[in-house]
Amino acid sequence: MANKYKEILIKPIIAENPITLQILGICSALAVTSNLTVTLIMCVALTSVVSLSNLFISIIRNHIPSSVRIIVQMTIIASLVIVVDELLKAYDYETSKKLSVFVGLIITNCIVMGRAEAFAMKEKPFPSFIDGLGNGLGYSFILIVVAVIRELFGAGTLMGVEIFPLVSNGGWYPANNLLLLPPSSFIIIGLLIWVIRVFNKEQVEEKDFSLSKHDVSPNYEKREINV
Amino acid sequence: MNDSIFKTLGVAFAVCLVCSLFVSFAAVNLRDTQNLNKINDQRAKVLQAAGIYDETNTNIEEQFSVLEAMFIDFSNNQIVSAIEGLDLDSYDPVEYSRKDGFFTVIPNDEDIAIVKNKENYGKIFILRDENNSINKVVLPIRGYGLWGTLFGYISLAADLNTVEGLEFYSHKETPGLGGEVDNPRWKKIWIGKKIYNNNKNVSLEVIKGAVNPQDQNIDYKVDGLSGATLTSRGVTNMLAYWFGESGYKQVLENLKNG
Repeated sequence: MANKYKEILIKPIIAENPITLQILGICSALAVTSNLTVTLIMCVALTSVVSLSNLFISIIRNHIPSSVRIIVQMTIIASLVIVVDELLKAYDYETSKKLSVFVGLIITNCIVMGRAEAFAMKEKPFPSFIDGLGNGLGYSFILIVVAVIRELFGAGTLMGVEIFPLVSNGGWYPANNLLLLPPSSFIIIGLLIWVIRVFNKEQVEEKDFSLSKHDVSPNYEKREINV
Repeated sequence: MNDSIFKTLGVAFAVCLVCSLFVSFAAVNLRDTQNLNKINDQRAKVLQAAGIYDETNTNIEEQFSVLEAMFIDFSNNQIVSAIEGLDLDSYDPVEYSRKDGFFTVIPNDEDIAIVKNKENYGKIFILRDENNSINKVVLPIRGYGLWGTLFGYISLAADLNTVEGLEFYSHKETPGLGGEVDNPRWKKIWIGKKIYNNNKNVSLEVIKGAVNPQDQNIDYKVDGLSGATLTSRGVTNMLAYWFGESGYKQVLENLKNG
């Protein structure tokens, strides 16, 4: 029994990672990863929302009418997100200023909805909670990797502490400004997907089609001779 | 069974009710802490701009009490200690610049910093020395950068011309580029710069690139933020507007002449 929970918890971290395998929740992965501190807070916020929403949705799963199930899920998720936002504003005002709109946007994060639909609607409350936790950790894992790369090479700092002294501050490291802009996360996530699939071959998708060999049709030449 | 109309309505109603209770409970209980955070955050910025913020002292209220707050009446550019119907401590010029009857729309040709509405009553913080003469003043400024309005405070020395500090408490600029307006190193450059030249025109500006140390106008130039031309321009425009004729220029003149 315990093994089953362990599997639910561990699997989404790499093997079934919501970002690199399911390609969900990319938007916030682009937006909040230019600074590690902000990323960590965002990870905690998302993990608590996805695990609690899974828990609550699973508790009432047998009473949710299928015609309004998405709306019911959204209501629960949105309420949790608002509470998280309020808590941040009250206890970590500095970070809440930096995260601004992105906490609110957890509502539209596909991971939260995706886990509610795919897991919590069918499973018992406790496994659902574990599943939410696992997926939150999977999301956090990727975000932290991306944030470390972006902040370290983009600004020479980690959590605001100087690691590489910048040229602009009299040091030796010329900052790579591209890494501070959102598109760089796309590149980093793409590279991560590549690395993970090198070691984890079963994640590689089958090709939709293969190109046929480039060949001149044998009839073509014949026709020309006939002319 | 779950899909009968009564069950559907019932579940929807119950979920909404429980969720709304939950949310409003959190909102009501946390409101006071949140408001206090907001006020203290701004107070800390005022203190930082004035260069008298003590990070080790968490009692911001106590630190803040050394500053004397006053209203600015923009109709005659005088500083007054009371205005009927307004509470000095909680008065926020930015909030009142959106309140009916408390603001004037800035004509387009004057609105270089895209402030849009100007409050009728401003606020100024004065730090006095032991002889009760002015040591420093802190003034709120704001203007449009690249993504949104930057809100901040600028502090001037006793001559009401030399900058003592600049702090932004809210902006939406790109972290690492325009967001570098929060970089302590950049903010340090501002200290000692002069706003008005000898002809009493606003001359302080953020230039492109670094200032040449041999430049004779070095007192009026601040290094630009690399990769943030529009933010730098926004800061320049903000200074030009707020220290120009429609901003604090006359107020500062009046203050200087007693």
